[in-house]
Amino acid sequence: MIAFTLNGKPVEVEAPPFAPLSDTLREGLGLTGTKVGCEAGDCGACTVLMDGAQACACLVPTAQAQGAQVTTIEAEHPVLARLRAAFLAHGAAQCGICTPGMIMAAADLLLRVEMPTRDQVADAIGGVLCRCTGYTKILDAVLDAAPAATPMPEAGAAVGAAIARLDGAPKVLGTDRFGADAAPAEALWLRVVRSPHAAARFTLGDLEATRVKLGLAAILTHADVPGPNAFGIMPNLKDQPVLAEGFVRFRGEAVLALVGERAAVEAVRDAELPITWHPLPGLHGVEAATAEGAPQLHAHAPGNILVRGRLTCGDVDSAPAAVSAEGTFRTAFVEHAYIEPEAGYAVPTDTGMEVVACTQAPYMDREETARVLGLPEEAVRIRPTACGGGFGGKLDVSVQPLLAIAARKANRPVRMIYSRTESMASTTKRHPALIRARMSADTEGRFTAYALEADFNTGAYASWGPTVANRVPVHASGPYRVPHVRNRTRAVYTNDTPAGAFRGFGVPQAAIATETLVDDLAEKLGLDRWEIRRRNAIGHGDVTPSGQVLHASAGLPECLDALKPDWDAMLAEVAAQNRGASRHRLGAGIACMWYGCGNTSLSNPSRMRVVLSRDGTLTLFNGAVDIGQGSTTVIGQICADALGLPLDRFRFVIGDTALTHDAGKTSASRQTFVSGRAAYEAGRDLRRRILALANAGDDARLSLEGTTLTVTDAHGGRRIALEALPEDLEGDGHYDPPTTMLDAEGQGIPYATYGFAAQCALVAVDTALGTVKVRRIVAAQDVGRAINPTLTIGQIHGGIAQGLGLALMEEFIPGRTENLHDYLIPTAGDVPEIKVHLIEDPEPEGPFGAKGVGEPALVPTAPAILSAIRHATGVTLRQVPVLPHRLWEALHVR
Amino acid sequence: MIAYHRPASLAEALAIRAAGDVAVIAGGTDIYPAHTARRAWGEPTHKPVLDITAIPGLNRIEKTEAGWRIGCLVTWAALRCAALPPLFDGLKAASREVGGAQVQNRGTILGNVITASPAGDGIPNLLALEARVEIAGPGGTRLLPLAEFLTGYRATALRADEIATALHIPRLAEARSGFVKLGARRHLVISIAMAAGVLAVQRGRIAEARIAIGACSAVAQRLPALEAALTGVALTQAAEVPQAAHLAALSPINDVRASAAYRREAALVLVRDLLRGLAA
Repeated sequence: MIAFTLNGKPVEVEAPPFAPLSDTLREGLGLTGTKVGCEAGDCGACTVLMDGAQACACLVPTAQAQGAQVTTIEAEHPVLARLRAAFLAHGAAQCGICTPGMIMAAADLLLRVEMPTRDQVADAIGGVLCRCTGYTKILDAVLDAAPAATPMPEAGAAVGAAIARLDGAPKVLGTDRFGADAAPAEALWLRVVRSPHAAARFTLGDLEATRVKLGLAAILTHADVPGPNAFGIMPNLKDQPVLAEGFVRFRGEAVLALVGERAAVEAVRDAELPITWHPLPGLHGVEAATAEGAPQLHAHAPGNILVRGRLTCGDVDSAPAAVSAEGTFRTAFVEHAYIEPEAGYAVPTDTGMEVVACTQAPYMDREETARVLGLPEEAVRIRPTACGGGFGGKLDVSVQPLLAIAARKANRPVRMIYSRTESMASTTKRHPALIRARMSADTEGRFTAYALEADFNTGAYASWGPTVANRVPVHASGPYRVPHVRNRTRAVYTNDTPAGAFRGFGVPQAAIATETLVDDLAEKLGLDRWEIRRRNAIGHGDVTPSGQVLHASAGLPECLDALKPDWDAMLAEVAAQNRGASRHRLGAGIACMWYGCGNTSLSNPSRMRVVLSRDGTLTLFNGAVDIGQGSTTVIGQICADALGLPLDRFRFVIGDTALTHDAGKTSASRQTFVSGRAAYEAGRDLRRRILALANAGDDARLSLEGTTLTVTDAHGGRRIALEALPEDLEGDGHYDPPTTMLDAEGQGIPYATYGFAAQCALVAVDTALGTVKVRRIVAAQDVGRAINPTLTIGQIHGGIAQGLGLALMEEFIPGRTENLHDYLIPTAGDVPEIKVHLIEDPEPEGPFGAKGVGEPALVPTAPAILSAIRHATGVTLRQVPVLPHRLWEALHVR
Repeated sequence: MIAYHRPASLAEALAIRAAGDVAVIAGGTDIYPAHTARRAWGEPTHKPVLDITAIPGLNRIEKTEAGWRIGCLVTWAALRCAALPPLFDGLKAASREVGGAQVQNRGTILGNVITASPAGDGIPNLLALEARVEIAGPGGTRLLPLAEFLTGYRATALRADEIATALHIPRLAEARSGFVKLGARRHLVISIAMAAGVLAVQRGRIAEARIAIGACSAVAQRLPALEAALTGVALTQAAEVPQAAHLAALSPINDVRASAAYRREAALVLVRDLLRGLAA
C-alpha cells in the first residue's frame, strides 16, 4: 500500500511500485485528468506537482510518491482557477490534451513567481509539448493575471464574437474524456504485435498453445476478421489488412492481436510468440520503388504507381519565357505528433458493435468497421471521444477495426491504447515529396508558365495518396495567374510507413517548390519578392489553371497589401542589422498560398438538425467532430444567428453516428464552410417554421423563456407555448459544395471556394552553426468571415508552428525517429512572435461569408522561412527540414 | 510484477545490489524512457529495481576540505538553486538545458553520469571540473576520476555490486566556468554538440584551462592540446586560440541529428563561443 497526499487529501493505493505514477493516478485512482502522451518524459502531458515542483508523472515510480504531496489538474487552488479562466479566455486550449500538463507546469511557476516574464513562462512550460496552438495564446494566458472572458452574445450577435470555446471547461478542468480516459470496468485489453521488419514473410506456429501458456483470452490473426480483411480510405482501394496475412509491407504493420487481462497482455514478450520471420529487402523511397526491376508491392499497382494526377492548361512548351527558374525539391515524412495517441474501446451490442474512440471521421469509421465485421453499417455505432489532436492523422481508422474484431471474438468490451512509438510507427504521415518544377515569367515579371513533376511516397498502403496526387496539380502553380500549366503527380507505393492526410494534403510540399521558384524569378528580374507576388496575385474574376473563374472571396491581393508595411519594416530591419555583420544575419522572406476548401471534385455533404423541444430545450445535433479547431463553437455560433436565438440557450449533441447525421470528416478545411453552412440552413429552416407558426416576417425577433417562445415583429409579439405543440420543432439543413468533375486534363471546378494567405517571416541565422531562429511571422489570411476571431487566429498560430516544424526540424525516419525525443516538434521556445491580419472577403456560399481556415495557415510558413534564410545567407535550400547541419553544408561545403 | 526494493539505508541497498542484478533508480528520467522504448517493440520485462531515494543523506551538497561533495540524489534543480561559486556556472547552465523543468526537478546529476550517454549534458562539465566519482561497494568506498569511470558508449566502471554515491569536485582558485549546447530546438533537445570549460584566471591570463566536448565521441572528451595552448594566454585573446587540430581526437558520428563533419566544425565554433563568453 502506497500512501500520499493527493490534492490535499490523504490517499492509499495498491499499485505496483514500479508502475509510473501517471498510470496509478489514471487506472488506480481514476484521475484521468493527467494525460499520457509518450511515457518517456518527452511531451509533458502528464505533468503534475510533486511536493510543489513539476514532474512528469510517467517518470515517477509510484513508490516514490510515498509520503509526497501530489497535485494534479483536478486540484482546487486559486492559481489553478486563474489559469483555467485565462486558458478559456485566450483560447489557449484547443484540443485540450496538453492543457492539464500545461496548466500544472504554469502553476509551478506562478506559485513561486507571481509576475513572471514571458521568457520565464516559456522556460516553465518548455517541457510540455502542444501541437495545436503554437504556444502564443498559452503564453498570453499564463501572463494574464486578471483574465476576462468575452460575454456570451445576445441573439443575433454570435457570429463574429470572440467567445471562449463552448467545450472548453472540461478541457481546463481535466474532466474531458479522451480515447484512453474511460472504458467499461470489465473490458479486456488488446495489444497489437507489429512487424519489426519493413518487408517480410512470416509463418505462425501453435497459437492456441501459446495463448494457454500466456494466459490470454485470445490471440487474433487475419483469420479472425469476420468480413473482408481490408480497409482503406478510397472505396476502390481497400488495400490494408487489419492483420497481415503471412506478408508485411512496412515496419509497424499489425500481425497479431493479443487480448486478455491487462497484466497478462502487457507481460507478453514478442520473442515468446510463435512467429517466424523471413525478412525481405524493402523498397525505401520513391526512387527505389520506381527503379527498373523493383519488386511490385501490390497486384493492382504496376511499377508501384498507386495513382497519377494531372492538370494541363495552355501550352507550357511554347509559352513565352523571358526568364525561367527550375529546381528539384525534397521533403521528409512528417509525423502529426498529436499529443494523444490513438485509444478507445469497443462494446458488443445486441445489434452489432459500438466503438468509442478518438477520431476525425465517425461515419467513415463506421463504414470501415462494419465492413471488417461483415455487418451492415447501421449495426455499428461510433461514439467519438474528445480528440486530442488529429491534423489528418485520425481520419484513417487505427484502433477501431482491431477493437471491433476483438470485442466480437471475446464477446466482451475490449480497450486499447497505442503507445507513442506504436502510434508513430503504424499510423499515417505527411507524404515525402520529390518535386521537379520549372516556372517562367515575362520581362515585367508576369508569370507565363509552370510545370511540375512530383512523386509522393505513399508508403505501404494507399490511405489518402490519391487525394494528395489529385489536389496537388490543382494548386501547385500557386495563387497566381499562370496561363500555361502542366502538372504531373504520382503517388508511389514503397515499404515505408503509410502516408496519408496531413494538414494540406501535399500542397505544403508543392508550395515549398513553387515559392522558391517565385523568389528565383524575382531575383533574376531584379524585382522585390513582395512585388512579384502582388503583380501576379490571383483575384476576383481571374481564372485558375483548372479553368475555374473566381467569382468571389479571393482576397490574396488584400492579404498582400495588408502585409506590405510589415514587409517593408522587416526589410529595413534586416538591412540595418546585417550592415557589417558576417556571422549573425537576419533575413526576411515571404510566401503565398491558396487552398480549396472541401474534397477535390467529390461530393462531401453535411447534414445538421436543430430541435426546439416542447420542454424548451434547444439542441443542435452536430455530427462534426471537434478535434480542437473549434467547430463545435463555430457551428453553434452560425446556427444561433441563423435561427435568431441566443447561443447560450443551445445544448449540443456531437458526432455520435446513432444521434447525429453525417457531417462528413473533419478534414480539408471543410467543417466551418460545409458543416457550418448546413448548420446555417438548419437554423434557417427552424426559423421558417417558427415564423410560419407565428405568421411573422423574417425581420421578427425571437426569444425563449422556459417553454414560451416569443416572436416579435412590427405588428407586436406573439407567444408560442412549446409544451402545447403537437410535436417538437425541427430544422433540417443540408449542404454539399457545388463542384464539377475534373476532366482528363484536370479542367473543371474542383472546389466551391478557396482560402488565400500570405506570410512574411523574419529569421536570424547563425551562419557559423547553421542554426535558424524564427523571430517574427506576420500572417494575412482571407478567411471569408471570422466567425470566432479567437479560434480563427488560434488556427493560424497553430498552422504556423507546424509550418515552422516542417521547415526546420521535423523528419520522421521509419525505425529511427519513432519517439518524441528523436522526432522534434517545436517547443514553446521555438515559436516566434506572430501577428495576424484577418482579411474578410466574404464567400457567398459560406455561412455568413465564412470559409475554411485550418490547413491554409500552415502552407506559406515553410516557404516564407526558406525565403528568409536565403535572404539572410544567399543560399537556397531545396530540402526540408533545414537541420543545422544541412544549412551549414549549404553554406560551407562545396 | 517487477520486483522493487526501496531500502532506507545504504548498507541494505548494497546488500540488495550484491544479491542480484538490479537496476538502480533515483530520478527515473532515464530508466523509464528506456523501458518504454523496449516495451514498444515487445520487450516488457525489466530487471528488479533498486530505488535509492529513501536513503537519507544522499541529496546533500556539502563543502569538504578539498572542495565539494554532491550527493547522488542531488537533482539538476537543486544544484541550480544551491549557493556555489562561479566554478559551477557551467554545470548550472547545463542544469537549465537538460530536458524540461520536469526532468530537471527529478533527474540527478550523478544519474546523468551513470547513464553515460555521449550526449549527457552534465558530463563535459564534470570532466572540466575534474570530478571524481565516489563509489560504495562491499569492500568499502573508492574514488575514481570521472574520465576513468566512463569507459565507453553508455558504459562505466561501476561494478554490479556497487552504488555510486557522490561526486567530488575539487576547489580551483579564481575559477570561472561555462557551457554551451547546440540542439535543433530550444527546449527538450538532445545535444548535437556541446562544450564545457573551466578556467583559472590570474591577472587576466589563463593559469589553467580545462575544456571538454560532448556528443562528438563515444565518451565526452577533454582537449589537452587546446588546454595547453590556452595556458598563459590573455583571457581576452582566448577565443582566437582554438583551431581544428585541437579537436583532432574527436570522433563524431553521422546520425539523425547531424553529420559528423558538421559536428566537428560545430564543436570548434562552440569552443570559441565558450571562451568568448568566459571572457565577457
